[in-house]
Order: sequence, then C-alpha cells, then structure tokens
Amino acid sequence: MFMFEKAVTGSRRYWLWIGALAIVIGLGLACYLRQLQVGLMITGLSRDVTWGLYIAQFTFLVGVAASAVMVVLPYYLHDCKAFGPLTILGEFLAIAAVIMCMLFIFVDMGQPARVLNVMLYPTPHSMMFWDMVSLSGYLVLNATIARVTLRAEREGVKPPHWIKPVILLSIPWAVSIHTVTAFLYSGLPGRSLWLTAILAPRFLASAFASGPSLLILLCLLLRRISRFSVGREAIQKLSIIVTYAMVISVFFVLMEFFTAFYSRIPEHTESLRYMFFGLDGHTGLAPWMWVSMILAAASLVLLIVPRYRHNEKFLVVACGMVFLSLWIDKGIGLIVAAFVPSPLGAVTDYTPSLPEALIVLAIWAIGALILTVLYKIALSVREEPLRSAAPPVQVEVHA
Amino acid sequence: MTISRQAFLRLTGLAYLGAVARKAIGAITGPRWAMAVDVAKCRTQQNCTKCIVACHEAHNVPSIPDRRHEVRWVWREPFEHAFPGQVDEYSSLRGAPAMLLCNHCENPPCVQVCPTQATWKREDGIVAMDWHRCIGCRYCMAACPYGSRSFNWMDPQPYVHNPNPEFPMRTKGVVEKCTFCSERLSVGRPPACVEACPEKALVFGNLADPHSPLRQLLAARQHVRRRPELGTGPDVFYLT
Ligand code: SF4
Ligand code: SF4
Repeated sequence: MFMFEKAVTGSRRYWLWIGALAIVIGLGLACYLRQLQVGLMITGLSRDVTWGLYIAQFTFLVGVAASAVMVVLPYYLHDCKAFGPLTILGEFLAIAAVIMCMLFIFVDMGQPARVLNVMLYPTPHSMMFWDMVSLSGYLVLNATIARVTLRAEREGVKPPHWIKPVILLSIPWAVSIHTVTAFLYSGLPGRSLWLTAILAPRFLASAFASGPSLLILLCLLLRRISRFSVGREAIQKLSIIVTYAMVISVFFVLMEFFTAFYSRIPEHTESLRYMFFGLDGHTGLAPWMWVSMILAAASLVLLIVPRYRHNEKFLVVACGMVFLSLWIDKGIGLIVAAFVPSPLGAVTDYTPSLPEALIVLAIWAIGALILTVLYKIALSVREEPLRSAAPPVQVEVHA
Repeated sequence: MTISRQAFLRLTGLAYLGAVARKAIGAITGPRWAMAVDVAKCRTQQNCTKCIVACHEAHNVPSIPDRRHEVRWVWREPFEHAFPGQVDEYSSLRGAPAMLLCNHCENPPCVQVCPTQATWKREDGIVAMDWHRCIGCRYCMAACPYGSRSFNWMDPQPYVHNPNPEFPMRTKGVVEKCTFCSERLSVGRPPACVEACPEKALVFGNLADPHSPLRQLLAARQHVRRRPELGTGPDVFYLT
C-alpha cells in the first residue's frame, strides 16, 4: 500500500482530530442516507435554483485542486528551489480537493446509482463528460507523481526519469481542469451571469489566490504542530503569487461590473443586482457578497503593502481573508445567483437546509481527513532517518 | 478491389439518385412536429386549465402543492413573463395567457449538455427523454433558457391522484418535461393538450409539409417565439 502504515501511528492529539472528523463525517453520512431515501427535497434547492451549495463547493474546490500548479510550475520550470519541500504538499492538497469535487458531484445527483451512465454513454458534446475526464486524469497524475517522488525521497534516491514528463504534463492539465469547469457554466445560452468569456480566466485567477493561500495556512500550521518547516522564502514567494492572483481576480470582477452596469442591459445586470443589492426585496445573498468584497479589499491592503506581507502574523490574516472571500464568491454566490431571476423572471431565494449543510461539512471533513493522512505520511517520511546514506532533503528530478 | 470507371459513375449516380429520393420521400413522410398557440383564442377562456389537466393526467405528472418542488409539463404564465423584454407596458398582450411547454428546440441546449444522452433530439424534431438513463444531474435544467424542465425532488407517486397505467411513472431524482405526446403521435393521435382545448387554440402540425394547416397558419398570422436571439430555434409559435 501507499505507506499507509505511517498514518496509523500518531499522538493523542492526532487521534482526537481524526475522531472529531469522523463524527462530522458520520453526521453527514446519516443525512446523506436520508437524502438517498427521500430525494433532494431535503435540500434548500428548488425548481428555479436547481444547483446550490453542492455544485458551488465543487466549483470552488476544482480551483483549489488546480492551484497545486502554482508550486509545481515554479519548482520544475523555473527551478525555484524554495518550493522543493512544498511540491508534495501541493500535490496532496490537489488529491484531497479532487476527491472532494467528485463527492460533491456525487451527492448532487438525483440518481447516484446511475453514475456509471456517464462512462457507458460517453458524450463528447457535454462539458460534464470532459470535466469528468479531466478531473479523473488529474487525480491519477497527482497520485502517481506524489507516490513516485515520495517513495524516492524515502529511499533516498533520485526519482525515475520518466516522472519528469508526467510532472510537466500535470501543469497544463491543472489549467485544463478549471477551464473545463468554467466551460460547464459559460456555454449556457440562458444564464447571463455565466455567459461571459472572462469566466474561465476569472476562475483561474481566483483559484491561484485561494489555493496557495490555503497552502500557506497549512504550511504555517504544520510548522506549529510538527517539526516540518517550510522555509520563510517559500512562504514569501507563495504570498506574492497570492497577491498577484488576488489583484487579477478582483480586477476581473470589476470588469464584469463595468460591462453589465454601463451597458445597462437588464439581463446582464439582474443577477449581479440580486447578488449585491437584492431583487424584488429578496436580499438573502447581499450580506454575504459584501462580506466577500470587504474581505477581498482588506486582504489586498495586507498583501500589497510589503511590510504587512512580510510579517507572518498579518500574512495569516490576509490568507484567511482571501480564502474566505473567494469561498463566498465561488462557493456560494456565483453558482446560486445565476439562477436568479429564473427564465420566467421569478426571484427565488435559496437557503441551504440543515441536512444539506451537514452533508457539505462532512465532505469537507472527508477532505480534511484525506489531507491529514497524506500529510502525516509525507511528514513521517521526512522525519524518519533515511534508508540509504544519501541525504537529499528535496525531491530532485532535474536530469 | 478495382472498379471500372463506368461502374464508378454508375455507382455514384445511383448514390446521388438515392440521396435525392430520400430527401423527396423525407419531405413527404418525415414530419417535423411543431405547435402554434393562438393567444387570442386562449384568452377567451380566462380560467381554463383543460389542456394542463389533460396533459398532466395522461402523463402521471404529480400535483405538488409546494411551488419549489412543482413538476409541470404545460402551464400558464402572463405573456410578459414568457417574453421578457418583448412586451412593453402599453402592449395589449400584457396579462394575456401564454401556455408554456418545452419548445422542442431545433438546437436544444439541454441535449447539448446532457452527459448521458438521456435527452436527445429525434428525427421528427421531438426532444425526447429516457427516464431510466437520466442521472439527475440537472445540467439540462441549467441549460434550458425557458424553464421547461422539472426535477423530481421527491417520489412523485403519492402526488399522482389518478394514475394512468398506460404511461410510465417517474421516480425521484430524474428530470422530466413535455414530450409532445410522442406516445400518442405513434398511434396517430394528436397531443392530449391539443385535443382537450375547447377553443382549438393549440394547433399541432408538421413544419416540414408546406401545405399543413400549421404552416398555413404561420404564413398568414403574425407570430413570435420565445427568446429567438439565443439561436435555440423554438418550435412552439405564439400567434399574436
Ligand atoms: S425548451 Fe428547454 S427543454 Fe425544451 S428543447 Fe428547448 S432547451 Fe430543451
Ligand atoms: S438531469 Fe438527466 S436529462 Fe438532464 S442533463 Fe442530467 S442526465 Fe441528462
């Protein structure tokens, strides 16, 4: 097996954490069984707002998964040595995120028992088919890369040469998963909020802000709870990536605003108006969106001013804000608001139900569990004495 | 294999003739089903729901009171809801009834996005559904710009009050919509809604036949289609 023996030994704190996750997962599973039994009526979805938290989480997490490329690319293409110890963390994060994506699609299906139909009747004109292909390919790529490089590290040998092209392939592949995910939405004739060529670039920009900011938070956390420490340089380099990506992401959002509100075409302004100001007295989404906006603005101040960015205390806050802001934007707003108003002009609010929220939490907990186990394996490999004499700390595949 | 020049010409000639013949026969026998809704006639019956009842009873469409979980194949909307931006405040069409159903679009976005081909375009123009294949992803609902599709948020059976044993009952978790009564067409009967309308406000017919009453109606009367700018090519016409 994949060094799983490393994951079954741990401190009391480790097991407490695992136990807590298991409880959350158990609760969500119970709710899901109920959903299986009575149908998706137990969610807050409706005939007008047919996609909600599940699909929005999926969208957000595809971004997190794709963002692994932001450590892999500088390390392998630009020889940025500081990212050496980070690549495995990025790849493991991608694995956890892709699995969560798949689970979110799965729980959203009305007939999950028929999931194989997507493969039995492959339909190239459906973007969902391509999304499935690209996501599963990405999972296989990252699992292979992580496994091979980590094993080499444990053995204290260089990874085999054939892995390099696989790693290089994973770079455009990461971009493709989020592009195809944007195409799921941006090609639909009746949903003006999504019908914009900037959707895929916007997805990528926000992904490259939210993913690396999560990675910074994870690295700093690991530094506190384990002996594993990513260098300051790597953190600072990542924070610059977050800064640029966040600036671009906010810029793209402002572009959307300009086009919609200056042209004043009702169809293009309505969903945005619903998001930020409410329509026909339905203002459910507005507080969220404003929080997202304020967090984005505040995080930009902390990120752009070097004095704050260089201070890790501020950086943590900034990364937290980036993550939360983009989660609200993509993990709630962008998906839900496209359904309001409906094609017939109806404004229907969507509030996730309790079971729905618990199922969502459970999938996040599953992701956290996978990530914990994988990081535990990676850290154990790094902390244990090397099997052979050679002491490379970084994974080197430069041939 | 070698083919002499003469044989080749003969073969291509035959193939060409075949294609022409197929086209000619197609024009006679291959229908393209479509519908016209005569708004003025429909308007004379203010609270009539006969077409809705007939359709929903024939197809075991559940009557779910909760609007959020409603399933509908044909329903009524004020004209300005069905044609957003096309009915100004001075128009006499404001408040006129628009009977809505699946438009059986020429380029149906729902068909384009469905990942399992559980919904597809038939030769005769009908956008059909396979309720045993649908995985309930609701991608088609996001794609349809007309709100023509309904999802079974729960088991519909308790909400079907007079089940029709001749027609399949859906399960929870699948999408459904109007099928232009393909089951009735196949035995030569018009759609249930058309038959039920006391005003004959719904005209069903063959677009491929220039002499069909439907085509003549469309040639003679002004009509609109819902959101033609999207290029979906709705095959339901509203005579105004
Ligand atoms: S009206 Fe909607 S459901 Fe019907 S064919 Fe057109 S896109 Fe598909
Ligand atoms: S809900 Fe069913 S019919 Fe609609 S796109 Fe998904 S599989 Fe196809």
